[in-house]
Amino acid sequence: MIKRPFFGLGTPRLKYPVIDIDIADTIREIPLPQKVTLLLSPDIRIEDLILKAGDSVKTGQKLKLLDDGNAYLISTVTGTIAEISEYTGYLGRIYPAVSIDAAGEDQWDDEFNETGKTPNPENALAFFNYLPGNPDFTTLSSVQSAINTIIINGLDSDLLVTTNQFVVKTETGRLTEGIEYLKKITRASRIFIIVPPDSAALAEKTGVPVYAVNPVYPNTLPQIIMKNISGTEVLPGNSCEDMGVGFINAEAVVSLTMAFSEGKIPVDKILTVINKDYVPETVRARIGTPVKDVFKALDIDTAHGDQIIFGGPMTGTAVYSEDMPVSPNTDAVMIQDSARITLGSDNQCINCGECVRACPAGVPVNMLVRLLENGLYEEAAEQYDLLSCIECGLCSYVCIARIPVFHYIMLGKYEFGRVKSAEEPNA
Amino acid sequence: MPNQKLLVSSHAPYWHNGSSISGKNYSIMLAALPAVGMGIYQYGMPALGVLAFSVSCAMIWELIMNLVMRRPVSIGDGNAAVIGLLFGMLLPATTPWWMVLVGTFIAIVVGKQIYGGMGCNPFNPSLVGIAIVMLSWKNYLNFNAALVNYDLGFYMVYPLAAVKHLGTSALSNYSISGLIFGQQTGGVGTTFGLGLIIGGLYLILRGHIRWEISLSFLVGVFMTAYLFNIADPDKYAGPMFHIFTGYTLFGAFFLLTEDSSSPVNFIPMLIYGAAAGFLTVLIRNIGAFVDGAVFAILMMNVANPLLDKIRPKAFGRGIEHA
Ligand code: SF4
Ligand code: SF4
Repeated sequence: MIKRPFFGLGTPRLKYPVIDIDIADTIREIPLPQKVTLLLSPDIRIEDLILKAGDSVKTGQKLKLLDDGNAYLISTVTGTIAEISEYTGYLGRIYPAVSIDAAGEDQWDDEFNETGKTPNPENALAFFNYLPGNPDFTTLSSVQSAINTIIINGLDSDLLVTTNQFVVKTETGRLTEGIEYLKKITRASRIFIIVPPDSAALAEKTGVPVYAVNPVYPNTLPQIIMKNISGTEVLPGNSCEDMGVGFINAEAVVSLTMAFSEGKIPVDKILTVINKDYVPETVRARIGTPVKDVFKALDIDTAHGDQIIFGGPMTGTAVYSEDMPVSPNTDAVMIQDSARITLGSDNQCINCGECVRACPAGVPVNMLVRLLENGLYEEAAEQYDLLSCIECGLCSYVCIARIPVFHYIMLGKYEFGRVKSAEEPNA
Repeated sequence: MPNQKLLVSSHAPYWHNGSSISGKNYSIMLAALPAVGMGIYQYGMPALGVLAFSVSCAMIWELIMNLVMRRPVSIGDGNAAVIGLLFGMLLPATTPWWMVLVGTFIAIVVGKQIYGGMGCNPFNPSLVGIAIVMLSWKNYLNFNAALVNYDLGFYMVYPLAAVKHLGTSALSNYSISGLIFGQQTGGVGTTFGLGLIIGGLYLILRGHIRWEISLSFLVGVFMTAYLFNIADPDKYAGPMFHIFTGYTLFGAFFLLTEDSSSPVNFIPMLIYGAAAGFLTVLIRNIGAFVDGAVFAILMMNVANPLLDKIRPKAFGRGIEHA
């Protein structure tokens, strides 16, 4: 863990590991699990699902989820649906989950190969919602899309995570090819790629403009990247996508190449596993593999009181079960030893201002936290810039009173969003 | 459920830079040591007595308040000890025990706990204590009267009082280097200029106090004293004299920088410090009190919430909504 230096003037400098190209040889393959679990969007209600336990499915098969609408799922193994259950995730949201017993050998489904192999926006929408790297083609390719710029992430946003860096370094060829497909399936007029400085030369080969990002947190967050590249700040309460800038992970671009050149929708995810000593390792696992199988394959033991985090140390989400599966957006899984967990406290803010100086978005966190502690979400949003927060977590990281500031902020945004959407129909 | 493996699940971020409130407070006490050491060296056991009693009383009041208000016991965070220590450092070595007892009560209870504890106090608690004691028992805090039985081998008249009553003709009794090395009367821990500067720099470098506040305060004192001095050199002492006497340096590094009662944004910090410096010299030169630092800082504590409204535009707020 990166501690405050003894002499601590100025803001924290949290640097990313920049990986060596030699690491390329060391990707570890996680064996196919006996059972995969695929999480669905929390917008889908479990009682509306038309899938049933006992249905047999093939690898890469598109499974329709609802009677009406286009919602679908891509099966990542060949086998039978075992059960449909629910997972409770971040901020209490409920995710329907489909578990499939894997039969062993993969038998590939043909639908994509027969009907979807032309690179166009319609096929992207129809087949790529569960692509490794979790591209959001609903915003990138749909007819209403206002995205005019796409930025390819060749650098992961959180610390210690090296998944997309790894892809740029090891898959430059397929990345270049994928960019051509990307141009055909989206409507953006400009495409950039961002990489750490040492990969810049490599990334030049892709033929799109390269931006080298100094790998210091939080330079890698989308809002900061957008500001540094285009000079535009995201308006409070908006996302980069609302402002016409879309992001796609390098891994997803490579997945496009795999899909179109082989006629199979890729079902393996590359992820960084960060062990208890905070040493990252790159692995490839079938989407849906429970993390306990990943740990088993890597000989990582978990114990009572440890913490498992999906994502990196600054912005990841802790999960309560080792059955949580690797999903298309799982770029990293981190395991934190119980001895290394810093728990928040119920101290009051002492107004030291560390958070204000650390905040890259200029949010008056010291005032904000007082309002949020008292549940004054609307005032927080209107007067104290709750919605300008770009969710970097640095305020909690530096808080001398160890207040879970970031947690308050995320809850505040969530609650404020609920109040707003409840008001809207009457407006 | 024995043997069941449960995972912890807290919220991001999962790392922390390791700082803590107690760490900060112990650093402040450490930083005060050079000045405290000099005080004890000069005044002996009585000085040690005042400081030790002040720290203990402050902690006991805090404990009592914790129990009365049914809040978690908070003396471990070191804040009460810091308040007690700073309060003690402001006092003359001869302060009677009951005054320390009352003063720390005011500092901890009236200055801090009734507002809800650390972080909620609008004023610097040690200053609230000293201000009330000053107004109630003037003579005990008159350094000339209080220290009349001491002869430490330098001119034993409180420098600010000397200049206030006699004009700059009194200045020849002091030398700047003497003042820096603590050859002046005053509070137990406020006279050793060099020690205070070392402590202050330590706190600044460790990031525990904000340099903007200390520096702008000193600049404020300097500029104001300079202007007075050129306006009437016979009556008003020069800027260096004001910086190295009274509570100026102690205020700059230990009082004005108290977190809860000071601003956190850049421009407000500068205004806050500079205005406090200006008021300090104003009160010294034309006000009723010999040293203006206490009331100047308290006045700026009042202004703090207003000042801190001047802040940079947050992300996306700088642009007009199209
Ligand atoms: S998480 Fe905290 S530090 Fe980061 S942008 Fe939001 S308020 Fe600022
Ligand atoms: S860092 Fe924590 S204690 Fe300091 S001002 Fe921010 S919220 Fe308050």
